[in-house]
Amino acid sequence: MAAKDIKPAVETVTVKVDGRPVEVPRMTPNWEGKPEPTTVLQACKQVGIEIPHYCYHPKLPVSGNCRMCLVHVAMPGRPGPDGKAPMNDDGSPKVFPMQLPYEPQTPRGVIGCATPLVPGMEIYASSPETKEMREAIMESLLINHPLDCSICDQAGECKLQEYSYDHGQAKSEFEEFKVHKPKAVNLGPRITLDAERCILCTRCIRFTKDIVGDDALGIVNRGSYNTISTYPGESFNNNYTLNTVDICPVGALTSNDFRFQMRVWFLKETKSICTDCGSGCNVLIGSRENKMYRYEPRQNDAVNGHWMCDSGRLNYKWIGREDRLNTIKSPKGAIPWPMVLKEISEHLGSVERGSVAIVASARQTNEELYLLNHLAKHLGATTDSVPRRGKADHLMIVEDRNTNTTGAQLTGITTKRVGSKLSSIAKSIRDGKVKTLIVFGEDVTKYGIDSNLLNNVTLIVSDILPNETTKLADYLLPGCAHAEKRGTFTNVKGRVQKFMKALEPPGDALPEWEVLHELVHNVTGLDGFKSIEGLFNHMAGEVKSFKEAELTWAGLGDLGADVKL
Amino acid sequence: MSFKVTKTIDREANRLVKNYPEKRSASLMVLHAIQEEFGYISKEAEVWAAEKLGLKPINIHELVTFYPMLREHDPGKTVVRVCRTLSCALAGSHKLHGHICDKLGLDKNGHGLQRTRDGKFGVEFAECLASCGTGPVMMCNDDFYEAVSNEASEEILKKYDA
Ligand code: SF4
Ligand code: SF4
Ligand code: FES
Ligand code: FES
Repeated sequence: MAAKDIKPAVETVTVKVDGRPVEVPRMTPNWEGKPEPTTVLQACKQVGIEIPHYCYHPKLPVSGNCRMCLVHVAMPGRPGPDGKAPMNDDGSPKVFPMQLPYEPQTPRGVIGCATPLVPGMEIYASSPETKEMREAIMESLLINHPLDCSICDQAGECKLQEYSYDHGQAKSEFEEFKVHKPKAVNLGPRITLDAERCILCTRCIRFTKDIVGDDALGIVNRGSYNTISTYPGESFNNNYTLNTVDICPVGALTSNDFRFQMRVWFLKETKSICTDCGSGCNVLIGSRENKMYRYEPRQNDAVNGHWMCDSGRLNYKWIGREDRLNTIKSPKGAIPWPMVLKEISEHLGSVERGSVAIVASARQTNEELYLLNHLAKHLGATTDSVPRRGKADHLMIVEDRNTNTTGAQLTGITTKRVGSKLSSIAKSIRDGKVKTLIVFGEDVTKYGIDSNLLNNVTLIVSDILPNETTKLADYLLPGCAHAEKRGTFTNVKGRVQKFMKALEPPGDALPEWEVLHELVHNVTGLDGFKSIEGLFNHMAGEVKSFKEAELTWAGLGDLGADVKL
Repeated sequence: MSFKVTKTIDREANRLVKNYPEKRSASLMVLHAIQEEFGYISKEAEVWAAEKLGLKPINIHELVTFYPMLREHDPGKTVVRVCRTLSCALAGSHKLHGHICDKLGLDKNGHGLQRTRDGKFGVEFAECLASCGTGPVMMCNDDFYEAVSNEASEEILKKYDA
């Protein structure tokens, strides 16, 4: 075993959880990843027992305000005057269940989220005493809650609903009037607040202050009139606001985009990757009956933690656009896939070496770019991609707005200087040297290869949405959005991550890798795999840095793997 | 009086901020100073105070809406505060409060401070004003009045009706 695999011994603490002795690390990473004494809640989680909680979130500073995580515990006795800790008759250390000092018959709880372990303590995670504390907390949290689950977007993923089912009582003892608070408040352009549903856990406040650095939210008014608010007249409008909807444990914060669109329990969830910049945030696609309804961030601590940006999250509507390319085009009109692939293969099989150029988007997948580069090598073709830059922010968005620039570079489609060969490709067309141009996923007319030049070549184009280049194509091959196929991207830091298929593509559209696989097979004879897994594993044996990292499709798992850049 | 950054308030705020190792700790003191000077803490004042304390306006707004003694709106030139804690209540302070409200044309059942249209008076209940033996007691701004009968209250109000 390599030296790095030998971990130093971890200091542990032994406590009892529900009568079972368990040994857990003395320290656990806090929200910032710094080691801090393990808490009761964390210890229970580590041994598979979930302590219900609202305000605690592993990636936010602990605030201990909701009291939902109350548990009854017993503490080992303090040493007496003789310096000896109290013992049971059998010689084991004596523990004392905590109780109210002035009311010894009433058990006293501690908040699990903020109570560090004491060696020898006993945690009664599911005792009747603990249960009773939870019921009391649930009842007080529901005092001003409207109980309007039937029209609430959170229903189905609501912690209040879940806990009230697990720890609530069928009957409310509350006979006073409920306080009415503002409903449907526009907190910002993307967020609506229902203050009556809010349980004041302050997760949203801590997120925007401590994670985003935009101290925009607060609690105004007092007592049962407490309400989450921005400063009057100000708008909650940083590029990460929608994460508050994810972490709000109840239905108080809702996304204007998703509000009232779909019951969450109807949504199919598919693991995917955001394609809006080179960060490659891990996401879940929520879809139903072939329609996409939302992205949600998917936890990956090596990439995006629990979060994603609003602009990336909301950029999915293009996938379902009416004008998606969905029919094959050829000089003979609309012909089926086998025919068009045969024609193109024959054409490429007969061209002069060096007379082909390829422009492939750095938004295509590793597999697609690999196949295109394989084809290019066979044909002696010049290849390149198109750079796409935006402003980086202080959190997650990077300057590179292509999903897969790194993949395009590693597979050899482009170089460090993305787009530097576009002008020489244009020149070769002008000089008549390049007679066939293959374009995948870009509108090259915007990058110096104008329509006059395109009219002089056999133009083979694959794309998703119509543009000037697709209009001029001799062969047009409708392709797939990432949500409609499987594949991998490599993010700016060299993390190779896979994504799964959520939707069926429209009309004739087929995953580009399938089409390319067939073409490349016909033209170069490349063979030996049928599935995306096989293709990936083959590619991983050919692309240098993938090979060094010993990547396999299965080995990528859900969270991906790093390659050296 | 509407808020403006005067030399006095600026100097006072700077002095207060210096008293604490962290600027933020001076928040309540600065708010008191503003209220002392202008009678209430307007939005402009909140924004200014936040800036002085190195905070965001929402942090100040939280405080101003939390503490009942901090006022968001102009309470009127003379603030009449009638004690409603037990001793005064037994001595008839609710009747006194009602009488004053009637005289000034205010809603005695309204929540919180009630202000006359002309802005001359604001009337509210206060908790124990620390003269429980001589109830009912009330204050007009910083002036203290003990054992106030309904009739006496009318005389007192006249003094402030300028
Ligand atoms: S709006 Fe949601 S996240 Fe924010 S305090 Fe209320 S319950 Fe917590
Ligand atoms: S940071 Fe980039 S990858 Fe992540 S959600 Fe935003 S646009 Fe998507
Ligand atoms: S989770 Fe809210 S107090 Fe512990
Ligand atoms: S009860 Fe009114 S002054 Fe104390």
